[in-house]
Amino acid sequence: MIRLPLVLFFSAALFSIGVYGVLARRNAVLILMSIELMLNAVNINLIGFSNLWKDLAGQVFALFVIAVAAAEVGIGLAIVILVYRNRETINVNEVNLLKW
Amino acid sequence: MSAQEYAFVVFALVGVVAAVRVVTARNVVRAALYLVVTLASVGAVYLVLAAEFVGWVQILIYVGAIVILFLFGLMLTKAPIGREALDNQSRGLALLVGLAILAGLVFLIQNAFGWNDPKVELVQASSGVIGESIFRHYVLPFEAVSFVLLAALIGAIVLSTKDERS
Amino acid sequence: MVGALLHQAEGAAEAVAGSPGLAKYAWVVPLLPLLSAPLIMFFGKRLPGKGWILGVGSVGAAFLLSLGILWHFVENGFGIYAASVDWFKIGPLQMTLGEYVDGLTAVMLVVVTAVSLCVHIYSIGYMHGDKRFTWFYVVLSMFTAAMLNVVIADNLFQLLVGWEVMGVCSYLLIGHWWEEHVNSSSAIKAFLTTRIGDVPFMFGIFVLIAATGFTTSNIQEIGHIVAGGAISPAVVSIAALLLFGGTIGKSAQFPLHVWLPDAMAGPTPVSALIHAATMVAAGVYLVGRMYEVFIHANPWVLQVVGIVGGITMVGAALLGLVQDDIKRVLAYSTVSQLAYMVTLMSAGPAGRDAAFFHLFTHAFFKALLFLGSGSVIHACHTNNMSEMGGLRKKMPVTFWTFLIGSLALAGLPPLAGFWSKDELLVAASKGHEVVFVIMLATAVITAFYTIRMVMQTFTGEYRGHGHPHESPLSMTGPLVALAGATLFVGFLGAGPAKAVFFDWVFFEEPELVELVPWIALLSIAAATLGVVAGYLVYRRWRDPDPVRAMGPVSTLLEHKYYLDDIYWKGIIKPIRDPLSAAVYWTNQKILDGAVNGAARAAREAGDGVQVVDKNVIDGAVNGLGQVTGFTGGLLRYLQSGNVQRYAAFLFGGVVILAVIFTRI
Repeated sequence: MIRLPLVLFFSAALFSIGVYGVLARRNAVLILMSIELMLNAVNINLIGFSNLWKDLAGQVFALFVIAVAAAEVGIGLAIVILVYRNRETINVNEVNLLKW
Repeated sequence: MSAQEYAFVVFALVGVVAAVRVVTARNVVRAALYLVVTLASVGAVYLVLAAEFVGWVQILIYVGAIVILFLFGLMLTKAPIGREALDNQSRGLALLVGLAILAGLVFLIQNAFGWNDPKVELVQASSGVIGESIFRHYVLPFEAVSFVLLAALIGAIVLSTKDERS
Repeated sequence: MVGALLHQAEGAAEAVAGSPGLAKYAWVVPLLPLLSAPLIMFFGKRLPGKGWILGVGSVGAAFLLSLGILWHFVENGFGIYAASVDWFKIGPLQMTLGEYVDGLTAVMLVVVTAVSLCVHIYSIGYMHGDKRFTWFYVVLSMFTAAMLNVVIADNLFQLLVGWEVMGVCSYLLIGHWWEEHVNSSSAIKAFLTTRIGDVPFMFGIFVLIAATGFTTSNIQEIGHIVAGGAISPAVVSIAALLLFGGTIGKSAQFPLHVWLPDAMAGPTPVSALIHAATMVAAGVYLVGRMYEVFIHANPWVLQVVGIVGGITMVGAALLGLVQDDIKRVLAYSTVSQLAYMVTLMSAGPAGRDAAFFHLFTHAFFKALLFLGSGSVIHACHTNNMSEMGGLRKKMPVTFWTFLIGSLALAGLPPLAGFWSKDELLVAASKGHEVVFVIMLATAVITAFYTIRMVMQTFTGEYRGHGHPHESPLSMTGPLVALAGATLFVGFLGAGPAKAVFFDWVFFEEPELVELVPWIALLSIAAATLGVVAGYLVYRRWRDPDPVRAMGPVSTLLEHKYYLDDIYWKGIIKPIRDPLSAAVYWTNQKILDGAVNGAARAAREAGDGVQVVDKNVIDGAVNGLGQVTGFTGGLLRYLQSGNVQRYAAFLFGGVVILAVIFTRI
């Protein structure tokens, strides 16, 4: 017996922390980590609602999210390494060719 | 409050604190380790919420593989190890946005459900049931996800191959 | 259309005695030169010969047709053919275009077309190389058409139209070489002076039409109404006097004679055609046609006519005596001869017939004399007789033809002038003794100045500086033709030769012409006296000319009795100078002021519009561009290149949208 709002608050908290991390960090890998936080928040949300509606779809999709997150991390790191190879840095502030 | 709630709150608090440390740590490796804690607590929360399969998969994949990937990435990109500023100038804006999001979400949740309701009965979901659900009703997304994984695999290989001509 | 007109004309025909024959087509005669005038104007320059072919051709055809019409009268005797076409109505007055052809008309048609043809042919040589050659022929054709129209007109308005067109053509032709100021001012003088005579003429027409109750302008009908006594003699007299005003102007009688000598500034063929044979004769013709009106007026009207004629006759002859310019001698001679005819008009029906006969013969020999003088002028390049002389040997054809013409003018038998002068004297002797004496005296003076002219020009030694030679055939041909005519036409009215002329031209009944011996002898004597005197005086060149050395008499004559000066100082200057000053002032201050003011206003409006355009419109457009650039300059700072910043805004926007979409 769990009060759903608690779950949702937890999810919200994680999500906003993840947003802060995405916006505030300089290192590209750390940004990716923050993105993982956001994804996890979403998963918690899904699980919570799955329990509310007694529907397994929530859990199934949480699994899918995990899978996709894994794929995304792989690709993301590959890109980060490529950028590092080209620019000797993964400071996102220095990848600013679109600056005016 | 029931026992599950207690457990949940404990794990949630741990997770939140660790998450905060992830985004504020000065040391990248420490950030990665805090991430481990966060992910593990999330897994524990899954277990408390009677989602066994998902919980163990979470531990397996996230903590077991993804964090390792992160560590490898940090090592390969010569992440600065030591105390160095890792935050950029937009910290204020980021804080603002983060708080805004938090406020928005809290508002929405409170508007929809209030503070205490509804009370959820937990449902046991064994892996057999989950498997049955996946392969009966959600085969298509399953296949799609496998394609995604395949594409990611190939993409990662392509991206990281050194260009032989240059 | 012509056929329809013909049918209509035939339908409206009046009394026709016998079959009309060619007289039916009398209206074609003025039509031919009328059509050739615009043709020459538009196509003349491109034709070979520059248009004289068209002119000569049309007038030649008209001449042949006129001969045919005259032949009809010769064959069938007297007859009348009249036809008219209704044109439009003014109130009760019906305006028509019509023709009235009787013997007089036929004779006049022949005279006009014959002289015009000779002038057309003569001008081929005389005007050769002139820069307005084609235009000359245009106006000649137009003039001929107008005069022919006057001759065949059956109503007063049609006659008036032809009358006025002749005036305009005369102005155009006198001023043909208008680059010289003296030529253009002579043309204006001629036009205005005849206009002064035309005003009473027009009022005479109006009086007559009003007197007939505004029903008709037809000459014959008016004549019948007047003869019927329906109009009071006072009105008729006034009308007659007013009509005579036109004659005074057009036929250069005292006091409006002043334009004719100055009109000699025009080319000589013009003088021959207009101022000898045709236009000036129109005045006499008018009196003759409207003779019913003159006869039935109070007797003092005819006396006035006679007095005017008498004064002019003598005065002009005396003036012709002192001229050095050969054309001016002929001009004054014309005035004097016209006065003869006018004076005779005052002597009753017999006088009218005699006057027409003199008109007929005078046309031929005066045209001959003018064309001959033109030949001499062309050869010597001067008009002055003091620079001529001895041309008898160098220009034989011109000399002999000129001599024939001069003797005819002087009135020696058996030439035309003798017979017509004899008619004049016979008519005058029947009750008008004063006229008789004046005519006799004038005959002496006429003979004298004629011989003076011949002697000074053709005999003695050549006093000029050029090399005169005989003129080309185009000029001598018409001279010979006219000389032949002069020799021949006299007999048409001669008593011994049955005077056929008066079978065609008569008033109320044919005249019986008698040759009264003592009158004939008297006129021969007068003419001979003048000729012999002239011969004796001018046998040798006298310097100074004795005529001019007669002291105050000469001075008076040379100044033309000071008439021109009186006109100029007393009438023209007081009217012209204030009038033109006023007109000039109006033009400069009012008209030009309005135009300049409008232009200034437009320009200032333009300046104002320019200010608006520059500052407001351009300002708006430029300002728009500047604002865009400015805001763009500000907005570009959003492109920081920092992905996280973009993401921050993205998340912020998403939150806001989420709240909005779910709660609202």
